[in-house]
Amino acid sequence: MRLVRLLWRALVAIVLIAFHRSRRPTPAPPAAPARDQSLRRATPSPRAEQLVIALLFAVAVCAASFPVIYAVHDDTQLLGLALGLALALLAAAVIVAAKELVPYEVAVEERPELVRPEEEEEVVRLVEEGAEGVSRRRLLGLAAGAAGLSLGAALIVPAASLGPNVGNIIRETPWRRGRRVVDERGRPISADAVETRTFLTGFPEGADPRELGSPVVIVKIPPSELQLPAGRDGWAPEGILAYSKICTHAACAISLYRSPLYEPTAPRPALVCPCHYSTFDVRRGAAVIFGPAGRPLPQLPLAIDGERNLIAGGGFSGPPGPAWLGTRRRS
Amino acid sequence: MARHEEKVVIRRAVRALDERLGSSPLLKKALRYVFPDHWSFLFGEIALYAFVVLVATGIYLTLFFEPSTALTTYHGPYAPLHGFEMSKAYSSSLDISFTVPAGLLIRQTHHWAALVFVVAIVVHLMRVFFTGAFRKPRDLNYAIGVTLLGLAILEGFAGYSLVDDLLSGMGLGIAYSVALSIPLLGANFAFFVWGGEFPGADSFEPRLFIAHVLIIPVLIATLIAAHLAIIMRQKHSQFPGPGRTERNVVGTPLWPGYALRSIGLLLAVAAVLFLMGGLIQVNPIWQWGPYEPWQGTNGAQPDWYMGWLIGALRLMPNFEPHVEGWTLAPNPFFGGVLFPAIVFGTLYLWPAVERRLTGDHARHDLLERPRDNPWRTAVGVAFFTWVFTIFAAGASDRVFVNLGIPYTGQVWVFRFAVLVLPVLAFFITRRVCRELHSSELHPLRDWVGTAVGRTSTGGFEEIRSGRGD
Repeated sequence: MRLVRLLWRALVAIVLIAFHRSRRPTPAPPAAPARDQSLRRATPSPRAEQLVIALLFAVAVCAASFPVIYAVHDDTQLLGLALGLALALLAAAVIVAAKELVPYEVAVEERPELVRPEEEEEVVRLVEEGAEGVSRRRLLGLAAGAAGLSLGAALIVPAASLGPNVGNIIRETPWRRGRRVVDERGRPISADAVETRTFLTGFPEGADPRELGSPVVIVKIPPSELQLPAGRDGWAPEGILAYSKICTHAACAISLYRSPLYEPTAPRPALVCPCHYSTFDVRRGAAVIFGPAGRPLPQLPLAIDGERNLIAGGGFSGPPGPAWLGTRRRS
Repeated sequence: MARHEEKVVIRRAVRALDERLGSSPLLKKALRYVFPDHWSFLFGEIALYAFVVLVATGIYLTLFFEPSTALTTYHGPYAPLHGFEMSKAYSSSLDISFTVPAGLLIRQTHHWAALVFVVAIVVHLMRVFFTGAFRKPRDLNYAIGVTLLGLAILEGFAGYSLVDDLLSGMGLGIAYSVALSIPLLGANFAFFVWGGEFPGADSFEPRLFIAHVLIIPVLIATLIAAHLAIIMRQKHSQFPGPGRTERNVVGTPLWPGYALRSIGLLLAVAAVLFLMGGLIQVNPIWQWGPYEPWQGTNGAQPDWYMGWLIGALRLMPNFEPHVEGWTLAPNPFFGGVLFPAIVFGTLYLWPAVERRLTGDHARHDLLERPRDNPWRTAVGVAFFTWVFTIFAAGASDRVFVNLGIPYTGQVWVFRFAVLVLPVLAFFITRRVCRELHSSELHPLRDWVGTAVGRTSTGGFEEIRSGRGD
């Protein structure tokens, strides 16, 4: 009951102060305040004092409810509300105090002069004095420079252990001729399981699926539609195609397949990267038809083994994943 | 009586300090330090206070977070992820969200504070730019501020990349690609930072962690200290007004008025952040799932301050120069390295460029209103229009997913808008500034004209005219 009355009084006080403030004529900007500070003592306002006291009590209530909520029912919303309101009410109390209770004054302060020529001269003289009596200045400077540079270089060297040499690591993928294509759980993917208008994700059997060179996206189109680049005959048995699933732009997983529903109006079947919408033409060896990717997705030649499971017919047609200097391409 | 006792206590405290530090002259000066009043000066303070909240909530989070990509199987209270294999980083983040009491409140407050921190810095930067506050002697401090913006963006990116959910993994993949794309040295640089290939290099998560909780925050805190110390030395800039000159500062002294107001602002910022942290969901990591390189999600968006880079990556045509089969500059270089280099280069160099172009080498402590320097304001608006257009392009996938506006069309529109809008913005702004400067009107408050109404007989009559609200 007391709390309700307190809150009610706080509300009334807020309204009164707001009303009071809005009717108060805006004080004219102080016309050229004199050097001595033009101080205006705030008229002690009992109403403002009451408001601040009420707000502080409300802070206490909200803040005290925080540990209670924490102990009784750990609810993120209630916890946030309790702590946030406590802080908000305290902010209100402090701001009301700043505006209505403490003396209001406009003060004038002189800016420091930054440039003092005599002292500058003094500094220059002092610095120069330090080298008084030194004769072989140039040689000394040279020696000091050599010492500093080589010591700096020596201190930087340990940083080299941060990263291994690039070497061949970045070029290698686990795909080898004859390696079986498996799904996320390591089960072989049968050629009969691949359907048109959808895609599967495949991995090299027994390899680390988290390597950028591992995952491939598998799609199927009617073999008559294939327009693969020269030299890729037999890479897509029964129209089943496998491309690296890692975008050649910025390493995101190609996880959108834009399969045409009605060919005359809808675009050709394309794999799309969800990050920056690089779009790759499935029929033409994943050639880039839109978006920022600079080169096609590398294709993995496929074959079908005696048990109708998909196997790799060799390695990728190019380096998979995002490009770097050593990303060779056919000119 | 009480008054008297109070005074005795204060005197004792001051004496105790004096006897040890001789601090009275300094305290006297500090208490009388004058802050000029203008609402636009508060953005920097908001950034400072958001940083305070970030440090406080961040310390709490480090006590629970486990920066490791070692795999574990999830058995926590969030049923949809039961049995999933995931990194300890991700599972400990889930635990912070679901099992640590008040953990989610602190985590979400931390995230909101990061978002607000960067907003406040950007708005503060714009205030400084458009009022000419970067001119000598503040050019040095301006450069520190621009550095702080860069560090804040880096720190934020490191923070949400630590979690190792699907979104943070996709973001790191893009960052890795951007690092690789640096001409000639890209692969070495990426290996240097990641300690090997991404994904797979287990050394990266602890590195990212120590960068996020120690290296970058210490840099930020040090630079903030320098930023404030330089302000104290030079004293605040102020807008021209009655009694205000280049040689003085007119405003509220620190004690008691300004100190109370500033503490009020600190509390208000903390209040808003904790309210948001409690009431508004941000980055529900449990919905994204653990990162696997072969998974992606449509409409994936990073935190807002990465949007300008995403936009640049999106808009860049598929240009990838190569010679004899060697890739000279992989495509992400243009949007991910060159574009931010141009933006930050422009920001860093602007004070020197303006000095050179105007020949004005004088010291300036009075600010300019944006309209009073139409040329600079127009250049600034054109520059920010350019960056914000690219930023908007970063959201085109969301526009496509949510509104169905074709993505390809959007990108083409943006590619042209990026070239056209800044030029338009330049001329419109310059014209508006000149207009406002010569008429001395407030763009929102004041108007000039005649309001006309109908009379009862059907004629027209003047109701109000002239200048006014």
